[in-house]
Amino acid sequence: MENLGTVLRIVATKRTLPGALLPILHEIQEALGHIPPESVPLIAKELNLSRAEVHGVISYYHHFRQTPPGRHIVRVCCAEACQAVGGEALAEHARARLEGSDLSLEPVYCLGLCAIGPALQIDETTLHAKVTPKKFDALIDALEADQ
Amino acid sequence: MSVTVYVPGDAAALALGADSVAAVIAAEAAKHGIDIRLVRNGSRGMFWLEPLVEVSTPQGRIAYGPVAASDVRSLFAAGFLSGGAHPLHLGVTDALPWLKRQQRLACRRIGVVDPRSLDDYLAQGGGEGLRCARAMGPVEIVRAVTDSGLRGRGGAAFPTGIKWRTVLDTPATRKYIVCNADEGDSGTFSDRLLMEGDPFQLLEGMAIAGLAVGATTGYIYVRSEYPHAIAALNAALDGARDWLGDFRIEVRKGAGSYVCGEETALLESLEGRRGIVRAKPPLPAIRGLFGQPTVINNVITFGSVPDILARGAGHYQEFGCGRSRGTLPFQLAGNIKYGGLVEVPFGLTLRQLLYDFGGGSRSGRPLRAVQVGGPLGAYLPQAQFDTVLDYEAFAAIGAGLGHGGIVAFDDTVNMSKQARYAMKFCAIESCGKCTPCRIGSTRGVEVIDRIRGGQAEQVELLRDLCDTMAHGSLCAMGSMTPIPVLSALDHFSEDFA
Repeated sequence: MENLGTVLRIVATKRTLPGALLPILHEIQEALGHIPPESVPLIAKELNLSRAEVHGVISYYHHFRQTPPGRHIVRVCCAEACQAVGGEALAEHARARLEGSDLSLEPVYCLGLCAIGPALQIDETTLHAKVTPKKFDALIDALEADQ
Repeated sequence: MSVTVYVPGDAAALALGADSVAAVIAAEAAKHGIDIRLVRNGSRGMFWLEPLVEVSTPQGRIAYGPVAASDVRSLFAAGFLSGGAHPLHLGVTDALPWLKRQQRLACRRIGVVDPRSLDDYLAQGGGEGLRCARAMGPVEIVRAVTDSGLRGRGGAAFPTGIKWRTVLDTPATRKYIVCNADEGDSGTFSDRLLMEGDPFQLLEGMAIAGLAVGATTGYIYVRSEYPHAIAALNAALDGARDWLGDFRIEVRKGAGSYVCGEETALLESLEGRRGIVRAKPPLPAIRGLFGQPTVINNVITFGSVPDILARGAGHYQEFGCGRSRGTLPFQLAGNIKYGGLVEVPFGLTLRQLLYDFGGGSRSGRPLRAVQVGGPLGAYLPQAQFDTVLDYEAFAAIGAGLGHGGIVAFDDTVNMSKQARYAMKFCAIESCGKCTPCRIGSTRGVEVIDRIRGGQAEQVELLRDLCDTMAHGSLCAMGSMTPIPVLSALDHFSEDFA
């Protein structure tokens, strides 16, 4: 399978790093969008770990995903500094707006934009500050128009 | 001769549209046939003015802000490249009162220097600490750090020199330097600003630590929520290999676990495992990364070290009050009018920070509560705003400065809801190793829900639960979650009725 080839190649280049598992998982997720469950036994064998250890790490960290994400990942900050300026209302609005959408909505606990909240991030590349529900809708409209 | 124009590449400026401002400035300059040098600097930390565009003039750097892409054409028409008058004209950046009233040490080059250029860093006084350290012995370096009075800026405020001394005195064939850049506290961003705005200073501090304890390998563990900081550090490392000599640094990316900001959980994560807290002792200074003696410090702690070596321990020691020496980069966040980075010596009051710097709430309503020190910090009412900002004064009122994050809330906040969130956050982020934290946090959410539902007698149960968590948890996650909960309950009991 094509995915497993990618996984094997990544493991081969990183396996000698001290504490290699997280860097390997990051690179797999960056390449494939998620960490396919069928790659777990393979990673375990190559790193001489048990499958439980690899699965444990993947499921422990909020960042790693075992299923493919939506077309874009929209992360809305739900931490205190954003709560103080309407973050909760924004998160609520986002949930309603993205129900049934092909975009993924995730909570994030702090993007380090705490003086210009509410903040959100799209796909680890784009950041937006002082996001109102109206501004949120405009951002989502643009993502949806860009098929 | 070309004019140098600064448009911040800092994540906060990007979130406010700095990339398009930079692009339009470049295009407009090209259209007019003007030769400009565009530098993507860090942020000066005045976020209400971002994107803050600066222009180099004979009078100094002149600031314009907040600049939108649609303002650029009029800026060119006003002759901003030579400091021309314009509604967004702010004057000489360094003379702006908000900056002038600060005493920036660790953060003094952020927003000033070109974070991509080692040459610029060295030209602006960087590298002096490492040069001095190379001429000193390990014991001497450790003594300088100890004498400066520097305490860990991550939150625990442990004396840095004593930690380094322990690593130096522990015999081992291999030792490590680890930078904790897992800045997960809401309301904090000073680590991020330093990594993005002056990354070489962090590298220099780590290299000095390496010389001090005999380590040649360093790791920077950066949270995955900070992709721009990771990119800035990697770019800096590319240009710094020769300068760092035989000290090697690698950037490692976290994976969205708050508890990995706890040092032993961070080490577990670096070793490739779940971020589960280790029991202490042994201390990381004796058995840390891969079982070896390890210096693990926060970004600002390492960032403070080069200056201490370059200017002497006495210079740093002169700032501050009581046993809190030096400066702390405070971060004004949440519902605040003028939010951003305020590096000042210990000794100001919280009120001065909130009103003299912060200008009160962003919403214009009265401030009601302020959370200092992140999600595990206390909620303080107006009556405590005159508390002096130093470690001991805060400890005396059952609070802490933590990493210097200050989150302001106006009078629309419901404090029982904030208390519930503190428990909920602990339930989401608990590593699960100890019972008080793992189970206590979930029970805490339930009890607060019952109190909010009208069962006032449950308050006693909540206090009892907090007592168990505070005294029975393995690390700060579980033991300090009661602090925001109980401070909300004690100071804002009317919200629990």
